[in-house]
Amino acid sequence: MDKSRVKLKVDNISQSYVVGDEVLDAILNVSFDVYDNEFLVILGPGNCGKTVLLNVIGGLEKPTGGKLYLDGEEIVGSDKRISMVFQELALMPWKTVMENVEFGLQIEGVDKKTRREIAQKYIDLVQLTGFEKSYPSQLSGGMKQRVGIARAYTSNPEILLMDEPFGQLDAQTRYSMQEEIQKIWQQEKRTILFVTNNIEEAIYLGDRIILMSKSPGKIKEIYDIDLPRPRNSMDPEFLAIRKEVSENTDLAL
Amino acid sequence: MSVSDPNHLNESEYVESVRRERKRSQYQSAILSVIGILGFLILWQLSLVTGLVNSRFLSSPIEVVSLFITKLTDPRPDGAVIGANIVSSLIVALSGFGLAIVIGIPLGLLMGWYKGIDSFLRPIFEIIRPIPPVSWIPLTIVWVGIGLQAKAMIVFFAAFVPCLINSYTGIRQTREVLINVAKTFGASDFTTFLKVGIPYSMTMTFAGVKVAIGNAWATLVAAEMLAASSGLGYMILMGRQFGRVDLVILGIAVIGLIGTLITIIINAVENKILGWRKL
Ligand SMILES: Nc1ncnc2c1ncn2[C@@H]1O[C@H](COP(=O)(O)OP(=O)(O)OP(=O)(O)O)[C@@H](O)[C@H]1O
Ligand SMILES: [Mg+2]
Repeated sequence: MDKSRVKLKVDNISQSYVVGDEVLDAILNVSFDVYDNEFLVILGPGNCGKTVLLNVIGGLEKPTGGKLYLDGEEIVGSDKRISMVFQELALMPWKTVMENVEFGLQIEGVDKKTRREIAQKYIDLVQLTGFEKSYPSQLSGGMKQRVGIARAYTSNPEILLMDEPFGQLDAQTRYSMQEEIQKIWQQEKRTILFVTNNIEEAIYLGDRIILMSKSPGKIKEIYDIDLPRPRNSMDPEFLAIRKEVSENTDLAL
Repeated sequence: MSVSDPNHLNESEYVESVRRERKRSQYQSAILSVIGILGFLILWQLSLVTGLVNSRFLSSPIEVVSLFITKLTDPRPDGAVIGANIVSSLIVALSGFGLAIVIGIPLGLLMGWYKGIDSFLRPIFEIIRPIPPVSWIPLTIVWVGIGLQAKAMIVFFAAFVPCLINSYTGIRQTREVLINVAKTFGASDFTTFLKVGIPYSMTMTFAGVKVAIGNAWATLVAAEMLAASSGLGYMILMGRQFGRVDLVILGIAVIGLIGTLITIIINAVENKILGWRKL
């Protein structure tokens, strides 16, 4: 992580919805910087607006207030340099693994041969070699999530937004996916914004952790995690941070 | 990959045994189906042979088959050989059905995806929808007579509604998150419509096509009984007028068989396009 280079600036973002005849604030005045190549974790209880925040950064929703700057320039709407891994498994059931992974390149109009080559590289990276022709319904939950990760990498983004990508996995698969995503990040240096509601996962993965309060989501605290990688969740320092974050976390409703 | 099988088969043996098991159960159900049909025919034949049913009201399967063979070359009494009647009916059904697919599905998809088109066309469609297809018959006779066009139009009305409704409903159910995937990759709304909306709707659309072909085939016979000079419906009508029960039953049997054949073809096409669902 290069703290001197701000990759993404989130400036005073708010998002609210009109529900019935009331205004519901989902997130309120959220500001932070994301550094180049950083693994930044956004940690918060359920319903605190984590998905809303990522959707705004990914350009899927227009915020009611605030601005976003990528490399110092304001961005509006979805931007090719930002890619997303969705909380719900968002694979096209009618497409094979290969077709799902190359989807972004297909949209960009890259010719078939080139996009197959690029997609293959990331399929290999997430260790799905041999499953190119399988359909999502034939894959396990962890494998499906890897397809989503490969797809996000394939369009060669500078920033990856990951919305609780391991939330639906069993504990064992979750641990191995955490290890794997860390390896991928170390190999393919990109900036990652990783959302989770799991404190251990946050401390295991994050260069920094942004802790959000419960709804309406605001930034409560930002932690620098200076532990060497790979981290050990039994390490006393790890446990100390975990205790500190845990005591500061709001309970979900 | 390891196989946790109590008999300690290796992987290829295991695959082989599962395959064999599947084949055997397919075989069994095929045999049962054949027995079912044969049993039905035998009961039918017996009910006449034993005099349980008066042969004035029902002809036996053997008579129907022999009439079928005769009608292959003999145009009496309705004026056309059976082949000509089948072709005539198929042309009407397929042109009406084809038109319903070509117009109904794209219209349904567009209405389902674009709000403006929906608001504009929905009211008209909602009024047309509950009208039974056969009630268009008198009007179409006035408009275009009793030729191919008239019947094709009636068939069209019958097949159009399920094509439109299903593709409309199917595309409207497209998962928001899949649309978002396309959006984050910078897809335009139209590209998203093509690459996400349409494929997503295909399961529903196909179900609609199946209903449509059934409707088309059924309405065709009604149309031919009211306004035609050839075709299977017309043949049935003539059978009634000449008091030929065997001709009526032959007509019904052929309609049933062709309907089944069409369903088999549609299922094959569906398996080809929607093969991913069966995995
Ligand atoms: N389009 C919308 N219209 C109305 N309310 C919305 C909309 N989108 C989100 N919300 C509300 O905003 C709040 C935050 O939702 P969000 O999905 O961001 O939570 P989250 O932190 O991602 O929760 P989880 O950890 O369960 O995924 C919720 O109360 C939700 O109901
Ligand atoms: Mg969420």
